[in-house]
Amino acid sequence: MNKMNLKKWLLVPLFMALPYAASAKDTIKVGILHSLSGTMAISETTLKDTMLMLIDEQNKKGGLLGKKLEPVVVDPASNWPLFAEKARELLEKEKVAAVFGCWTSVSRKSVLPVFEELNGLLFYPVQYEGEESSKNVFYTGAAPNQQAIPAVDYLMKDIGVKRWVLAGTDYVYPRTTNKILEAYLKAKGVKDKDIMINYTPFGHSDWQSIVSDIKKFGSAGKKTAVVSTINGDANVPFYKELGNQGISAQDIPVVAFSVGEEELSGIDTKPLVGHLAAWNYFMSVDNKNNDKFIDAWHKFIKDKKRVTNDPMEAHYVGFKLWAKAVQKAGTTDPDKVGKAIIGLSVPNLTGGKAKMLKNHHITKPVLIGEIQDDGQFEVVWKTKGTVPGDAWSDFLPGSKDVIADWTKPINCGNYNKKTKKCSGQNY
Amino acid sequence: MRTLNGHGLHDNASAFGVILKILLFVSGLVSGSVLMAAQSEEDFSTQLNRLLEFDFDVKAQAINRLAKIEDERIDKVFRTLLNGDLYYRKNDKTIVYVKKTDDGYALTSVLGNESLGVVSKRKIKKITVNNKLRRLLSGLIAERGMGHRDPAVRLASVKEMIGQVSQSDRDKLQRLLAKEKDEDVSTALNVALAMIDITSVDKQKQLAAVKALGDSDYPASRNRLKDVLDQAIAAGDTAVIKQARSSLQQIQTRAERYQTIETIFFGISLGSVLLLAAIGLAITFGVMGVINMAHGELMMIGAYTTYVVQLLMPNYIEWSLLVAIPAAFVVAGLFGVAIERGVIRFLYGRPLETLLATFGISLVLQQLVRSIFSPLNRSVETPAWMSGSWEINALLSLTYNRLYIIVFSLLVFAALLMILKKTPLGLHVRAVSQNRTMAKAMGIRTEWVDAMTFGLGSGIAGVAGVALSQLTNVGPNLGQSYIIDSFMVVVFGGVGNLWGTLVGAMSLGVANKFMEPWVGAVLAKIFILVFIILFIQKRPRGLFPQKGRAAEH
Repeated sequence: MNKMNLKKWLLVPLFMALPYAASAKDTIKVGILHSLSGTMAISETTLKDTMLMLIDEQNKKGGLLGKKLEPVVVDPASNWPLFAEKARELLEKEKVAAVFGCWTSVSRKSVLPVFEELNGLLFYPVQYEGEESSKNVFYTGAAPNQQAIPAVDYLMKDIGVKRWVLAGTDYVYPRTTNKILEAYLKAKGVKDKDIMINYTPFGHSDWQSIVSDIKKFGSAGKKTAVVSTINGDANVPFYKELGNQGISAQDIPVVAFSVGEEELSGIDTKPLVGHLAAWNYFMSVDNKNNDKFIDAWHKFIKDKKRVTNDPMEAHYVGFKLWAKAVQKAGTTDPDKVGKAIIGLSVPNLTGGKAKMLKNHHITKPVLIGEIQDDGQFEVVWKTKGTVPGDAWSDFLPGSKDVIADWTKPINCGNYNKKTKKCSGQNY
Repeated sequence: MRTLNGHGLHDNASAFGVILKILLFVSGLVSGSVLMAAQSEEDFSTQLNRLLEFDFDVKAQAINRLAKIEDERIDKVFRTLLNGDLYYRKNDKTIVYVKKTDDGYALTSVLGNESLGVVSKRKIKKITVNNKLRRLLSGLIAERGMGHRDPAVRLASVKEMIGQVSQSDRDKLQRLLAKEKDEDVSTALNVALAMIDITSVDKQKQLAAVKALGDSDYPASRNRLKDVLDQAIAAGDTAVIKQARSSLQQIQTRAERYQTIETIFFGISLGSVLLLAAIGLAITFGVMGVINMAHGELMMIGAYTTYVVQLLMPNYIEWSLLVAIPAAFVVAGLFGVAIERGVIRFLYGRPLETLLATFGISLVLQQLVRSIFSPLNRSVETPAWMSGSWEINALLSLTYNRLYIIVFSLLVFAALLMILKKTPLGLHVRAVSQNRTMAKAMGIRTEWVDAMTFGLGSGIAGVAGVALSQLTNVGPNLGQSYIIDSFMVVVFGGVGNLWGTLVGAMSLGVANKFMEPWVGAVLAKIFILVFIILFIQKRPRGLFPQKGRAAEH
């Protein structure tokens, strides 16, 4: 290394430090905690870009409270313990006003203690299994009653399904969701022998015997459907195998809770046409807000082919709610923003209103879409209005009487209506 | 027109009158049929336009009405609607067929069958169908297809009908059966007839039908038999109970037999994937003794090569895989040589450091494709000849992609064996792996052989990636999910022995698939792992141990 080079190298840290020094005082920092490498990068990178776009838009409008917003991006690398460390870094070192992030439930569970300890705000944008309500977390994705239960209702009433396959990847979200669904189906009079539950490892790719089992299960003369909580990557080989074994959506429809536009963009969609997905947003929804959002996204990412999906809308709603709450509270202090945000509502992208509820969940419409050959969904059913998110499921014996309410006088994430006690066990 | 013609001329000469009457009659006929045609045309267009309604129930009504109109255009309308290719123009709501061309979408009107030019996607909108409508449509198409001249279409139609036949279809089916020359279609028609007769009040007929259904493999006939058995038990009809039980037993035995065959097929197919993944490793790890943690990423490179090849030849997807195989071999092989020359050659004899270094390389390669191709999965298309399944009968069908991959893996295995046994390179590889110093003394450029061997193993991994691109996701994590399995197979089969790899892969595949129905996919995998750990304790060198450099240590 010659002298010139050495000088250059010495300058690098200086340059890196400069923007911090210049901007530390008059900006509001917003943390973005999404994996940019590792297994989850496939889903989470898009959300980071979405946040950058939303912050950029807000800055063009003049920022918040007269200050510019400054995104702080960290990469927890799909490593669950690292999520907690990075969350700590964002809150302690960067002193961010709010964090938008996490995808998997396990990453959320990993950062939760950190947010409670350091009193930060986390906006979590993905549908999840419920049974949780933390003072410091705002759940902008769907709770089970905003996705799974309406989807099953649709299959039961509109399609006339009598036999059920609950297929999922072996981790907390599918296990809990299927437990809720099983209890729900049994409450509706479905017998044990008409329910088949199947779990597969992460990234399972050899679906031959399971699909063949589903085929046999479905040939008993009663209308059968698969309710799939199969996670991201494993879906492609699953649908391929369904197609190859000649199971079409007309015979045995599959309704998925984790397959969206983004996942479909990596698949040859021919064998999937007609299968269903339940979400609270589809890119194909005809709405002015949505058109604007899509155009802005295409412009920001500089690629007309990129799609938008449900968690992106959740971040959109979450960010708008947070911005509105900050304006209302006149400060970014987490306690005050947390109080101000409850009861606020902003328009969502499907023509309704998203309102932040007392249990830190929001109101969402439920849409059922059929997969089209261009990788988009065509809405075939939707709820009349919006459905309020329910933190604790009414169909599980342990949480039937439990509610979450973060306003006075209850102020508790796990409040038993019968015993009138707050257990303090919020997750 | 008719009345006007007739009125003024009616009282004229008789001969003239006769001619006139004939003329009148003919013109009446003509205008009548014109009128009828006009009416059905009008009906056709009104019903067709009702497809534009948002409500799916209205669409269903319209489809049912359309099915009653005699018009050859209806088949095409139904088929395109079912496939989701029926669109309408947004500005004037003309219903059109759409064909994708290079500059946009070429429209043809459904009513007039005239070309309406090429427009952009924004100008047209798809007429949506849901699953209920798809079922209705395929049922109607099946009904219309019963008289089709292609036996395959007839067979598909009859199969579609089997679950839904009723007494009213009997005469029609019998007429079709009398005309039918194709054996498969006749069999299916007979099953359909038996499905009707099984509810007959004529005991003789019913018993015959129950007996006949015992030979049928269609799930619908088994369900019908079960229903009849339940009814017979309720009614105490011993003859029917006995016959139904024996028929069901017959079906059950056959089903179990096919189930076993199917499971073995699944096992072999899983085994062939394991073989493909492991065989490259059998060279680098087995023969050279290099613990290459980046092996999975070399497969990933092969899969991405397939993706790039398909991007380069979008109009020849059918042939893309054949091009991708050599391309993937070369690309992954070059990466392999680069890894060997750049890193591994400095680390021979230091397995721990090799392991760490190659693990690092695997992370670098993953991030490399993430940067080049984005972290999203890429869509690799499946050529038509690889999708679908070979239906042997209603109980047993083997999927084509798996069949091809089994054959392909065996071909790769044979080719590799030939290279090692019959070519000078193979001779050198074997010599170096058995005794490096001696080989060197005999004038073999061991360094060159090392690079070539590693390149060969890596190239094979790339070829495996082409096959995997047809089965699973093409994304940065593709390799990770196979690396453990590959090591498992090589260690189990015996390090340094290709035949061991073959036997190991196949037995692990079949064992896995036989266990899966009992214990589920998660436990099956765990059991296999536990079994291998125990096995290695007993026989540390695997099924077929081999002498070589790896064996010296």
